[in-house]
Amino acid sequence: MLSFENVGLRYGDAPETLQDITFDIAPGSFQFLTGPSGAGKTSLLRMITLSLRPTRGVIRLMGHNLGCNVGKDLALAVGDQGGKISRQDIVALRRRMGVVFQDFRLLDHLTLYENVALPLRLREREETSYRAEVIELLEWVGLGDVRNARPPSLSGGEKQRAAIARALIARPELVLADEPTGNVDPTLARRILRLLIEMHKAGAAVMVATHDLGLMDHYALARRLVLADGRLLAFE
Amino acid sequence: MPTRLKLPFPSGPAHDSNPLAPADTAAGRSLTLVVAIMTFLAALCAGAAALVAQTSAEWRGEAAREATIQLQVAKDRDIDADLQIAAGIAEKTPGVSNARIFSRNESEALLTPWLGEGLDLSDLPTPRVIVLRLNSEGPADLDKLRRDLAAALPDATLDDHHLTIARLGDMARAVVLAAIGVFLLVLIALGVVIASSTRAAVASNHDIVDILHILGANDTLIAGEFRRRFLSFGLRGALIGGGGAIAFFAFAQLLAGQWRATASADQMQAMFGDFGLDPIGYGLILALIGGVALLTAWISQRTVFQYLKDADG
Repeated sequence: MLSFENVGLRYGDAPETLQDITFDIAPGSFQFLTGPSGAGKTSLLRMITLSLRPTRGVIRLMGHNLGCNVGKDLALAVGDQGGKISRQDIVALRRRMGVVFQDFRLLDHLTLYENVALPLRLREREETSYRAEVIELLEWVGLGDVRNARPPSLSGGEKQRAAIARALIARPELVLADEPTGNVDPTLARRILRLLIEMHKAGAAVMVATHDLGLMDHYALARRLVLADGRLLAFE
Repeated sequence: MPTRLKLPFPSGPAHDSNPLAPADTAAGRSLTLVVAIMTFLAALCAGAAALVAQTSAEWRGEAAREATIQLQVAKDRDIDADLQIAAGIAEKTPGVSNARIFSRNESEALLTPWLGEGLDLSDLPTPRVIVLRLNSEGPADLDKLRRDLAAALPDATLDDHHLTIARLGDMARAVVLAAIGVFLLVLIALGVVIASSTRAAVASNHDIVDILHILGANDTLIAGEFRRRFLSFGLRGALIGGGGAIAFFAFAQLLAGQWRATASADQMQAMFGDFGLDPIGYGLILALIGGVALLTAWISQRTVFQYLKDADG
C-alpha cells in the first residue's frame, strides 16, 4: 500500500530533517509512529498526504511511484512511466486516505454533521445517499446530540472525535492520525484509540503518530516506527 | 453505544446547507465595503461622462435647429421692409418652419454682453436679426435661401451656426474624452483594489482551502465555491456603490429642479443640463455593477486556482 525508500526531506538549505527513511505499510496493518517532538512525524505524514515533497528517494503509494524533484516548477511526483502524476490522480489518492489532524482542522462555519459529511460532499454525492450514514457515525463516536453544533462551542475531546469521524466516513484504505490524543485526557485517549482500532479491524491500514508511550501500550499488536535524529527504526 | 447527553444545541434534522466557503467574515465585509466605495466613484465618473455627452448633444442639436439672417442698416433702404422681405423668403424655403424678426430692442439686447448695459444705442446702425427655426425632420435648403437672399437683399447675410456647432462639438468631445479618461483611470484603480482585496480575502481563507484540498476536493469544486461566495460579496458591494451613485444623480436632479431660478443653477444647468441621466447613463452604471461583481468572482477563482497550483508545486 505504502512504501518509503531512502526518502530524505530538507527545508531550504537546512540540514535534512528526515534521512534515508525506508519502511512500508501493508494493507490492513496498524502502526504507531513515535518519536520526540520535532522529530519529523508530522512532516512524514504530510509527505504521505502529498502535501510535502521529498527532496530525495521514492515513495510508492497505492500503485503510484512518487519520486522526488528539486524544482518548484516540476511535478510533485513522477509516475511509473516517468510522466507527471496528474492533479486528478492526486485527488483520487487523497480520497483513499483519511486524515486526523493534530489541531482537528474542523471548519468552524459548518456544523459537526456538515464537517463529518464533508469528504462525501466533496465527492459530489447526493446528501440523501449518506445522511443516515453520517448520523450513525456521529452516534457511534458519541456526538449524535451535538451534530448541529459548530466546532467553536465544543470541547477538545468532542472536536477530536468529530475529526476522527470525518476521517473515517468515506471508509478510507489508509488512516493517518497525527497526535489524535494530544489534546484529551487519558480516558478519552483510550476511547479514541479504540475507534481507530475498530477502523483497523474493519480493514483499513492505520498509522497513528504519537509521542504518548502509554497509549501505545494499550495496543500491543501494533507495529512501532520510531523517528529519532531524522532516521526511522521499525520494531515489529 | 455512548450515553446520550442533553446539550443545548438544536437536535433537529441535519442538512448540508452551509456553503463550504464561509459567508460572513471580516475579510468579506471589508471586501464588500471596498467594492462599494470604488464602484460608487467609478459610477460617478461614468455618470458625469454620460451627462456631459448628453448635454453637449443637446447644445449641438439646439444650435443646429436654428439659423440667423442678419441685415445691415443702409441709408438708402427701409430696414423694416427688408426684414419683412427676408422673413418672407425664409418662410418659403424648404425646411424652415418659422422666421421671427427680432425687434430693434431685442437686437440691441444681443450686444449687451459685449458693450455692457445702460448704453444708448439708438444712434448706432445696429444690425437687425431674424431667427429661423428649422425643421428637425430633414435638412433645410440653406444654400437656396442664401442665393435668394443675395438676389433680393444685398445687405443680408445668413449664418447657419456651423462654426458655433463645430466649436461646441470640439469642446464637448474634449470634455467627454477627459471624463472617459478619468473614468478609465478609476476603473483601473477599481480593478487593482478589487484584485488585492479579493486576494487578501481569499488568503485569509487558506486554511479552508487547504483542508478541502487534503480531504479530496478537486480544484474546480474549491474554486467554484469561492467564486460563488465572492460573486455574492462583489455583487453586494457593487449594488451598494452603484445604487448609491444612481441615488446621487436622482437627488442632484431633484435639487437642480428646485434651484432652477438661481443664477448659479442656470450656469450648472447650461453645463450639465438638469442632471438627469439618460437610459445610456443608467445602463452604464448597471453594466458597471455587473462587471464589478463578475470581476470579483473571476479574480477569486483565479487566486484559488493559483494557490492550489502553488500548494502542490
